[in-house]
Amino acid sequence: MTTQARAHAAARRMRLFERYALLVVWALLIIGFSLALPNSFPRWGNFSILFASYAPAALLALAIIIPLTSGDYDLSVGAVMTLSSCLIAVLNAWAGLPILLCLLLAVLAGVVVGLFHAFFIVYVRIPSLVVTLGSTSLISGVVQWFTKSSTIGGIDNALIMSVVGGRLFGVPYAFYYAFAAVVILWYVFDYTPLGRRLLFVGRGREVARLNGIAVERVRVGALVASSVVASCAGILYAGVLGSADPYSGLNYLLPAFAAAFLGSTTIMPGRFNPWGAMVAVYFLGTGITGLTMLGIPLWVTNVFNGGALILAVTISQLTRGREAPDIG
Amino acid sequence: MAMPTYPVSLSFGAWNNLVTAATGELSTNAAPLGGSPTLRLEGISKTFRATRALDHVTLEVRPGEIHGLLGTNGSGKSTLIKVLAGYHAPDPGGRMTFNGEEVSLPLSSSDFRRLGMSFVHQNLGLLPSLTVLENLRLKQIALSPGMHLNWRRERAEGQAVLDRYGLDIPQWRRVDELSAVNRALLAIVRAFEEIREGCEATGKPGLVLLDEPTPFLPEEGVARLFKLMREIAASGSSVLFISHDIDEVMEITDRATILRDGRVSGEVETASASHDDMIELIIGRSLAPAEERTNEATAFAPGLSITSVEADGIAPFSLDIGKGEVIGLTGLIGAGYDRIPYLVFGASPATAGELTIDGRQLALPGMTPAKAIAENLALLPGDREAQSGVPSLSIADNMLLPDVSDWFRGGLLRNRGMRNEAKRLGDAYEVRPNDPDLPLAALSGGNAQKVLIARWMKRKPRLLLLDEPTQGVDVGTRARIFDAIAAEAETGMSVLCASSDAEQLARICDRVLVFARGRVVRELTGSQVSKDHITQACYASLENSDRSPT
Repeated sequence: MTTQARAHAAARRMRLFERYALLVVWALLIIGFSLALPNSFPRWGNFSILFASYAPAALLALAIIIPLTSGDYDLSVGAVMTLSSCLIAVLNAWAGLPILLCLLLAVLAGVVVGLFHAFFIVYVRIPSLVVTLGSTSLISGVVQWFTKSSTIGGIDNALIMSVVGGRLFGVPYAFYYAFAAVVILWYVFDYTPLGRRLLFVGRGREVARLNGIAVERVRVGALVASSVVASCAGILYAGVLGSADPYSGLNYLLPAFAAAFLGSTTIMPGRFNPWGAMVAVYFLGTGITGLTMLGIPLWVTNVFNGGALILAVTISQLTRGREAPDIG
Repeated sequence: MAMPTYPVSLSFGAWNNLVTAATGELSTNAAPLGGSPTLRLEGISKTFRATRALDHVTLEVRPGEIHGLLGTNGSGKSTLIKVLAGYHAPDPGGRMTFNGEEVSLPLSSSDFRRLGMSFVHQNLGLLPSLTVLENLRLKQIALSPGMHLNWRRERAEGQAVLDRYGLDIPQWRRVDELSAVNRALLAIVRAFEEIREGCEATGKPGLVLLDEPTPFLPEEGVARLFKLMREIAASGSSVLFISHDIDEVMEITDRATILRDGRVSGEVETASASHDDMIELIIGRSLAPAEERTNEATAFAPGLSITSVEADGIAPFSLDIGKGEVIGLTGLIGAGYDRIPYLVFGASPATAGELTIDGRQLALPGMTPAKAIAENLALLPGDREAQSGVPSLSIADNMLLPDVSDWFRGGLLRNRGMRNEAKRLGDAYEVRPNDPDLPLAALSGGNAQKVLIARWMKRKPRLLLLDEPTQGVDVGTRARIFDAIAAEAETGMSVLCASSDAEQLARICDRVLVFARGRVVRELTGSQVSKDHITQACYASLENSDRSPT
């Protein structure tokens, strides 16, 4: 009995460690860089920029985990973010539409892209990987066409001010938008029946159907939500940069995916969860910032992101043992 | 519904003459014709924990013979097949000889080719998305030693094989585009081809084992299959034919071995045996003709009715289910009885029919699981992991899945309330261990089934639809599940239970409907609802139903 109790306690400690391991590693990373760069790294200004500049990536990671939970990949979030930010720039700076209308149209574009994906994935039954890979290229092409492949400045200052113009507790607003999105998604995932249905649709489509869940509607909803959140990431991105260009957004896709999977190994191990995704984004951001400050060449960033993605999926596979992965 | 009562009468004199051995030991004077038998099993036993699935089973298949193997579910037939396939190691003491050569048990995968044994399992083992040629020459292509694949030679070889058996199937067709008959024929030809070369080289006969190849074939297809089997037998090799269909066994086999309760209950020359003899060997005793029931079965208050539900392969089916009535659906494999619960629940599409609840008529073609749940129907599917519960999610989530909205109060999903409710239900249904946070996968099959039964029972459904509710469930849990069903039926829940387990149906049902080829051929009520009568009715079911001409 006592040995059993001890085994139980050990298992509980193991679970606890698993939940917070990434936070510990993040702290170690910060300490490591601070020791290596005592004069430049451990500065508040540094972290403040980090928090703001990775806010769009945090939103992208959230956009990815919604359909991942219901069993579909969305590779197009990077392209949708670019589409949204460029749309805002073109409509606002070139066409002179009021900024609020531009934001609304950008979100609407997200809805359209989401429905486009849902039509092919849910109704024509084409694998989500194929559809969203194709639409990534399709959207990127369209964006290059209507931006004439150029970087567009001159976005309404109101947007820039409300994204990075002010600080709360020393952190730019941008971070709080991402934070709010995490809280909302956390609420939906953990504290609404919808979240539970999303999970069942992802883990057992037939089980969900036979328990009366409208599987197709849930999947469509998840895909649309993903594109809308990615559009919102585009709004933040335009605000953070103060301009839009048709190329740089795609660079965020890989870190966001890495964060989605890395995040599923922490906070609530074994599930794609918003807190985990957010922690993972800033963990990766810290790593990249530190490496850049150490003067390591740019290619290391790519190696770091790609390596982190594969490592994250490996860890999540190992911790979940033989359990079926979310994605089949 | 007036059904003809199946007459069972037997003269025991004629009986003993045609049964070579009925004790489980083959009499030693049954010397095989023309040398050693192709396959001989002697004293094969298999014990699973406390249950003896096979008890000194002896089986002999002679060269050039088509040999039938018959038995009910639980007779040990599938265990014997698994021993032959090398999947189970039999208990020590059993012997196997193949063409006179002693073979050490358990069989290993290298034995089959060497000896000349091949299997066609019920799923046929074809790869549906590949072509006929690729399937036919799968082994040769996959194990081809060189770098280069000589497609011209493969095509020629493949065509030669198809021609040899008179199969008119284009080689380039994808297997999933073939008819069911051609798929079965292709699988059998492939199995026979696997051993043919070896057999020709050594001059020794081989053995093809066919496990239930016919239930899903139309009559014309069965005839072609039988022709193919005769050709194989004519070449000197043997066929071991496993089937539920006594008539088919009577038609095609030379001899047959019948298993019952893990023992050989008889070995017969089929030419001199009658259909009734076979049934008696399968069931074990001759039954007095079931007496016409005088006392009508318990009268139930009218509950709901199903009117002419129809689907592909299911003839229009109607049924009135009383409040609190437990109705069993059964039949042999392929009879279609197991599809009825899914049609009623809207889980698979019906082409016609309606469901009447409290005078309201609901069209079944438009039924969906969501609507069925709204009408307070419940379905517990047979495939637990794929259809019933999600192994990686928690017991609480699985148990309360259809009711999850009830726990959304004040804008928050009450996770603690759900956990407490799951704990309470877990206590009531004796789920062990009763920890609602554990994933469903942490439970044994029986305990997982308790969780899923509790999910539906707590809703107090109007109609509970079950498909093989106790498959892979231990004996104790079985009893617990039956008690729970009986208790709810007392309070007015109707139950429709599809099952191939006659014992289970006898235990819980008020009425049992026996299906054959998509239609009801027999209704058992009152004292007829017994294990023996149900089994007997299943085996008699095929003779008063014609195969559909499709």
